[in-house]
Amino acid sequence: MSTGPIIKVTGRGVFVPGDDVDTDRIIPARFMKCITFDGLGEYFFYDVRKDENGDNKIHNLNDSRFTGANIIIGGKNFGCGSSREHAPQAILRAGYTAIIAGSFAEIFFGNATNLGVVCVTASAQDRESIASKIEANPLVEITIDIKEYKIWVGDTSFECSIKSNARESLLSGHFDPLKELLSGADSVASVALKLPYMQA
Amino acid sequence: MGKSLFQKVWDAHTVRTLANGQTQLLIGTHLIHEVTSPQAFGMLRDKGLSVQYPHRTYATVDHIVPTNEALEPYSDPLAQGMIEELRKNCAENNVTFFDTNTGKQGVVHIVGPEQGITQPGTTIACGDSHTATHGAFGAIAFGIGTSQVRDVLATQTIALGELKVRRINVEGKLRAGVYAKDVILHIIRLLGTQGGTGFAYEYGGSTFDAMTMEERMTVCNMSIEGGARVGYVNPDATTYDYLKGRPYSPTGKAWEAAVADWQSYASDPDCSYDDVVTISTNDIEPTVTWGITPSQGVGINEMIPAINEGVTQSERESIEEALEYMKFEGGSALRGKKIDVAFIGSCTNGRLSDLKEVAHHIKGHRVADNVQAIVVPGSQVVAQIAQQLGLHTIFTDAGFEWRGAGCSMCLAMNPDKLIGDQLCASSSNRNFKGRQGSPTGRTMLMSPLMVAAAAIKGEVTDAREIFSVQAAAVSA
Repeated sequence: MSTGPIIKVTGRGVFVPGDDVDTDRIIPARFMKCITFDGLGEYFFYDVRKDENGDNKIHNLNDSRFTGANIIIGGKNFGCGSSREHAPQAILRAGYTAIIAGSFAEIFFGNATNLGVVCVTASAQDRESIASKIEANPLVEITIDIKEYKIWVGDTSFECSIKSNARESLLSGHFDPLKELLSGADSVASVALKLPYMQA
Repeated sequence: MGKSLFQKVWDAHTVRTLANGQTQLLIGTHLIHEVTSPQAFGMLRDKGLSVQYPHRTYATVDHIVPTNEALEPYSDPLAQGMIEELRKNCAENNVTFFDTNTGKQGVVHIVGPEQGITQPGTTIACGDSHTATHGAFGAIAFGIGTSQVRDVLATQTIALGELKVRRINVEGKLRAGVYAKDVILHIIRLLGTQGGTGFAYEYGGSTFDAMTMEERMTVCNMSIEGGARVGYVNPDATTYDYLKGRPYSPTGKAWEAAVADWQSYASDPDCSYDDVVTISTNDIEPTVTWGITPSQGVGINEMIPAINEGVTQSERESIEEALEYMKFEGGSALRGKKIDVAFIGSCTNGRLSDLKEVAHHIKGHRVADNVQAIVVPGSQVVAQIAQQLGLHTIFTDAGFEWRGAGCSMCLAMNPDKLIGDQLCASSSNRNFKGRQGSPTGRTMLMSPLMVAAAAIKGEVTDAREIFSVQAAAVSA
């Protein structure tokens, strides 16, 4: 898993159409019968990609033109529904490190950011334009520049947004907050002392 | 200027501001279950960390528990492995576990309140998006991911950005046959699946004042379906009456002090909100979803929308995608859709009052021949009281299957699943594609009584007609 500052993500894109792509779609619940996240990449968007016999459906995620893509272009409210971290874990383990969407569901956004999966938003018009550029040339290089709020698709640039604290965390490399949270243990204890229900 | 409950609870639990601008927030009460906690315990082991405040974490097992198989080992070895892992993690870390042999096991969002663990003015987190349920008590309750479960275990805190607060007033008496479930489906229909992103929803107004705790829980439960990760109701006498005498509630002098403390967290009358929405109960009908997001719902006497009713291109595409998946025709009647399965249960509607309300009406009726109807109590406590009251016999006499406690067909991680493209009338909270275990299974969300009516008629129908509810108004 990546550590260290994340300033840019570069690679190739794949368009996953539709608004309200929920976490059950990203990883169906039946594949969460596990006690580790290992192997979840295999079930990434499983029912979107596979029919009832386990054969591939016609979908960009199965299209060999987009094999090797690491950036998902999605719609509004991406990642809505369950708080399951299995969803961004499956995305990461399937080889994707960034998502450009119209908007993100809040819990998903936080879970993804904690793993260093970059989530930026762009306008509908720009996403459509990015999707058509990918369709025209699946090998076109895409760079998400978090620092400059820009998405480069070949020679063309588009504006993107990202929540300031997520941007800060990615740029500093401290997107996994555990170390910083641990360092506050004394302050935690004194806040806990003031709350009657926290007493043993 | 006064403060909202959200602001007061947030302030009382703020540890400090982190480098990225987020708040390190103390999580007073942590609830865990078998699906989203084993990886977190694994991360602790990998890092050599221990559980810092083990007495503030409570566990139960709910998602994978079979409801028609009481004895272990379960026929699904993966499910058996998950329950054993949770048992081991709780034992090794001194975490209280409401296991299947305690008589207290159940859906985590039902167990917390009924044990009195869920209390006003507290922060609660659980690796489950329906954690907002606990907001019914005036707690600020967050659904979190597994890395955050790890953070709470290791530090009793999470890193979080502050939310805005939207006050949602609902005014008036609910009409007979209209329930808390219809209130929240109506709110989500109005405000959309992402209307609540960035907000905590504070529910209030005369309708909420009159609601029981179980009704308030039903509404808060589905806040996340409207995009709000937090939803709450200010604590009042109804809250304290509910909590009094519960196993984990304070007693004696501590009780009096706790009530005074809890009361102090209620939103001040002069506090300001980032947004206010007011809804009248006159506009709330028994509501049923026809699509693949919880906002795609209409009143029982309305038509399913046609594609051209979408205002924007993306709305039209969403309607088209939903109609295609649900195999419904745009502009057709909601009533009369033939169902295959009826599910009463879940953290939304698996509480005693839900079962009592349905049992009260179904006597003398019979589930249609071609429908499988199952009733899954939300917890062993709910099941036990229901059985003492004889509700299970009323259900089985009417042709419903009476099952053991768990999440069951809400998300079908146990053996209760739809098959093929079966259509299910469900009292649960999500109608996403494939949600109920079959990749092509179809879900229509509605109140428990509407589910029962659909089970009996074999098709989606108006429960008020089937059960003559208008004539004898009964409050839930």
